[in-house]
Amino acid sequence: MIGKSDMNPSEKKYSILESALRNSFESSLSRSSNELTKVTEARLLAFEAFRKTGLPGRLNEKWRNSKFDQVSEQSYEVVSSKPTYTQKVSEIFQCSIHGFTTQVEALLNGWYYTSEKQTLRTMENGVVIGSIQTAQKEVPELFERHFGKIAKYNLHGYSHINTAFFNDGLFIYVPDQVHVEESIQLIKMVNDTQKLMINSRNLVILGKNSHLSLMHCDDSVNHQSSMINTVTEIFIGENASLDLYKLQNINNHTFLINSTSVVQQRNSRLKVNVITLNGGAIRNELNVDLQGEGAEADLNGIYLMDKKQQVDNQVFVNHAVANCNSSELFKGVLDDESSAIFNGFVLVGRDAQKTNAFQRNNNILMTSTAKVDTMPFLEIYADDVKCSHGATIGQLDHDAMFYLMQRGICKRDARLLLMYAFAAEVAEKIDIQPLRVSIEDMVKKRLRGELSICEKCVLHCSTPDIPMEFEIDMSKI
Amino acid sequence: MLLNINNLHVSINGKEILKGLNLRVNQGEVHAIMGPNGTGKSTLAAAITGRDGYEITQGEIWFKEELINEMLPNERANKGVFLSFQYPVEIPGVSMTNFMRTALNAKHEFEGLPIVTAGEFLKKMELKKQLVDIQAKLNNRSVNEGFSGGEKKKNEIFQMAMLEPTLAILDETDSGLDIDALKVVAKGVNALRSNDNGFVVITHYQRLLDFIIPDFVHVMYDGRIVKSGGKELAFELEEKGYDWLK
Repeated sequence: MIGKSDMNPSEKKYSILESALRNSFESSLSRSSNELTKVTEARLLAFEAFRKTGLPGRLNEKWRNSKFDQVSEQSYEVVSSKPTYTQKVSEIFQCSIHGFTTQVEALLNGWYYTSEKQTLRTMENGVVIGSIQTAQKEVPELFERHFGKIAKYNLHGYSHINTAFFNDGLFIYVPDQVHVEESIQLIKMVNDTQKLMINSRNLVILGKNSHLSLMHCDDSVNHQSSMINTVTEIFIGENASLDLYKLQNINNHTFLINSTSVVQQRNSRLKVNVITLNGGAIRNELNVDLQGEGAEADLNGIYLMDKKQQVDNQVFVNHAVANCNSSELFKGVLDDESSAIFNGFVLVGRDAQKTNAFQRNNNILMTSTAKVDTMPFLEIYADDVKCSHGATIGQLDHDAMFYLMQRGICKRDARLLLMYAFAAEVAEKIDIQPLRVSIEDMVKKRLRGELSICEKCVLHCSTPDIPMEFEIDMSKI
Repeated sequence: MLLNINNLHVSINGKEILKGLNLRVNQGEVHAIMGPNGTGKSTLAAAITGRDGYEITQGEIWFKEELINEMLPNERANKGVFLSFQYPVEIPGVSMTNFMRTALNAKHEFEGLPIVTAGEFLKKMELKKQLVDIQAKLNNRSVNEGFSGGEKKKNEIFQMAMLEPTLAILDETDSGLDIDALKVVAKGVNALRSNDNGFVVITHYQRLLDFIIPDFVHVMYDGRIVKSGGKELAFELEEKGYDWLK
């Protein structure tokens, strides 16, 4: 018959990555045979879901402009084995921020990395911290209460893969009433001779009236073009607060998905600052579920991209109950042929009266080839709320440029002053003063073209220290 | 000679605004430029300072015996040309301190002087604030952001005091000022007058010239200077208007 395809549907052709994942699930599952039944069940369900959905592509609305379609034709080592421990983390990493010390926790290729025999420790203040794999064995009740229950919004092929394949990750439990003084810093190192696909999974639980500040650093990646796929689930108990800083500074051909889902209980507070300085393609997903009245989420981001880089911020806030506040401020400078996507979706449910929800996304395009797709979006079912959203895409202010130059400041410096002033609004929101100064400094260096991706990286591999140029085309202004 | 403009023709988007203007300013002189709206006074200021979009199609601008037609705005500024803007620009996020320190260091770099230390800079800022009689706390404020009309103009004079130009162009510095603010601004300008520098004061009204007394008054009409004289010309204009000169 004319026009009828000869192809049997069961012989559908899969992309290289999809085939690799389909073929390696069995062996991946067999390695994690001693897991909780619940985890195994979750893996099987997630793999089934992945088989149905496949990898997201350009036909999928939320991936329409994403560069991640390039990932599917790459061949990655999808199941990595636990790397052998060689060096103490404290030997390779010292926090260089003056007046700011952190407790460092490290993952290497997605595996919890420590010199201790114990891979889960209970600190003096009662905080439990270590490998998520150990946590499911040693604190199963705590683990089961939250695992897989927080990351439930906006799931896609990569989130299913994460659940089906994750090897390890960081677990943190802060008991009720505990105020953790020292910030915890998670360093995710990637160092292998192969191109890896890394699926790591983190779970952070904050008890009532507790406080934690957590830095999540994706800035220690070797020269390989890896695919890093991270899912972090965070539970913030009643009246507890979390400051979450994400720092992203990776090479120009690494793909990173950093998907964070948060549940907030009554009167809890979340503050997020995402600082994206460099990377091939970075997708930050932030799903915040405000489940208790009086909860507050303050979500901020800066991105400074150039060359062919892409950053994609997908922010979802679910106002399920009354009297919650959320605000989003994402600002970015795009140079060369770089692109940015912002998708902010605030859902205000029928019962969420007296909601305050604000969204703002501002962009500066330095060239005519840089690109921004921005979609601030509100869906409101309650009738007594205060919500606003807005987005701008513009260039540096010509009048301000002339004003600065008339005072003797050269074009390059004038542009730097204006770009920095633009980005500073977000950096100023960082509460920890030494950290703010350090991040402001990194932003300045990035804009000046003096920041290297190796600068804060802990790997100290032999890769030459190539400065990243934020090249500025004078003719375009 | 400080400024020597010969047969200057300037176009904006192909439309000729200045049509053969001549002006000579020596050190120690104050020149007032008056004239009705739309005769090219602000265009003259923009052409001297090198603003984008103002195309010199003919003629020369000499500053201290150097042809500056093609120079970048910052090069002209560092050689000593200063413009007090008619509409000072608000720049959110750039603090006055950071702005002035960057500007002062650019000047020092140009002159081959060492960069200004934070201490020296703050001292200088306080000194100049007193000189031009500005009480406002500028240090942590963004450039012109949230400033009143009067504060913006005072801030221009303060910046002039900081950068110590040899040629200062005041573009309608009196517009939008009440009489007290006008006096403060004029006092600042007079404090900065010396035998080494020159001023070009662009204004619609004779009022400002009661406080900043000019050596010469020029009347612009349709892109040219059509009449020049001493300070008494300003009084004549106040009385008769501009129509008799057309």
